Amino acid sequence: MSIKALMISGLLSASLAQAVMAEQLSGYAFIKDDTRAMQDDDFANPGLIAVATGAELFKTASRSGGKTCADCHGEAGEKLVPQRIATYPVYDSDNKRIISLQSRITACRTRVADDTLPVNHPDLIALETFVRNRARDVPVNVNTEGTEIKALLKRGEELYNTRYGLIDMSCHICHTVYAGQYVRGQKISQGQTNGFPAYRLGPGEMANLNLRITQCMDLMRAEPFPSDSEEMKLLEYYLSARSNGLPIETPAVRY
Amino acid sequence: MHQAQIAIFAALLSLEFTGLATAADPAASGLPPIEPYCHWEQTDLMIVEPLCGLKGDAKRGRAIATDGNRGNCVACHNMPFGDVEGYGTIGPSLAGIGGRYPEGYIRLRVVDTKSFNPASIMPGYYRDPGKIHRPAKIFKGRTFLTAQEVEDVIGFLMTMK
Repeated sequence: MSIKALMISGLLSASLAQAVMAEQLSGYAFIKDDTRAMQDDDFANPGLIAVATGAELFKTASRSGGKTCADCHGEAGEKLVPQRIATYPVYDSDNKRIISLQSRITACRTRVADDTLPVNHPDLIALETFVRNRARDVPVNVNTEGTEIKALLKRGEELYNTRYGLIDMSCHICHTVYAGQYVRGQKISQGQTNGFPAYRLGPGEMANLNLRITQCMDLMRAEPFPSDSEEMKLLEYYLSARSNGLPIETPAVRY
Repeated sequence: MHQAQIAIFAALLSLEFTGLATAADPAASGLPPIEPYCHWEQTDLMIVEPLCGLKGDAKRGRAIATDGNRGNCVACHNMPFGDVEGYGTIGPSLAGIGGRYPEGYIRLRVVDTKSFNPASIMPGYYRDPGKIHRPAKIFKGRTFLTAQEVEDVIGFLMTMK
């Protein structure tokens, strides 16, 4: 075969791969059998430590001695509504901003207990994990209706399709086109968000979606979007909406 | 604030915003100094001349190809070697690659596949740094591999027959 014919066949197979719209699958479908077994067993799942830590913090008064989360939301968060937890991130149309579950918890603690944890602080991720875990098995249900939300989903999708960093890959290339293929012995997932915050076996710690996106961009040798940037929020929103319908698995176990 | 303090503050600010504070200080990043980029020419989908006129070393090239922090070819390609586990399945197998293609053909694909196939997933290991969108600050102005490393990898790939 000539070099040009080879090139053409390469281009064809790339476009065919893009044309195949895969069935929506949780990251659970792409992890190894023993990782799945670890996630399914609450005594083996390391993410349950974050749930327990979060449960404690939920009942603990802030450093300033203010209210606890439990004062309003119940000792075990039983007054939180799982169906509402499943709608995060939400769009606040009055203030024209996206509010992630993490930023909702921070806003609440700042207002009620005058205690602000830094973004992605392990304690804050533990609280987020505990709260999200209250909605385990509830399908993700991010709002995709309305002109404003459709516009921000479109912007999120553009960020998803943009190549970044020295590796020069977009989220789309790996998590849409090549999902299911192996990179160094690990299957590439579809980048679904229903398991997050999740325990990551690679770094050996919890990651919420915000941190996971940062870790992905670091791997691409790209400059990550700052945790509280507009781009990060748009990506979080788009990715979460893309997982609509998948049951929440928090805390999932992922590579 | 004194004039001098303002000047220092402004200087610090500009460093902060341009990322020079890290990029210009290789010691802080643990990376070697940035080398000048050698421009290359493509003819008939090949780069015939070695980058910067360098000669590759196949032994070093093999180490780079399997190093997760450098070439990491095995992340996506089956090479195949007996002592590496967990190859990727994204790219085609490189078995016998040196016997299948001319050196210049392989060089272009390692250097910058996207120069002729914009849809490719293959990272350009010696892509013009000016074409990289949003590199991490410490990698700004750098290629993924140095010209010497690219030639070493090509030297190694040509031994795979």
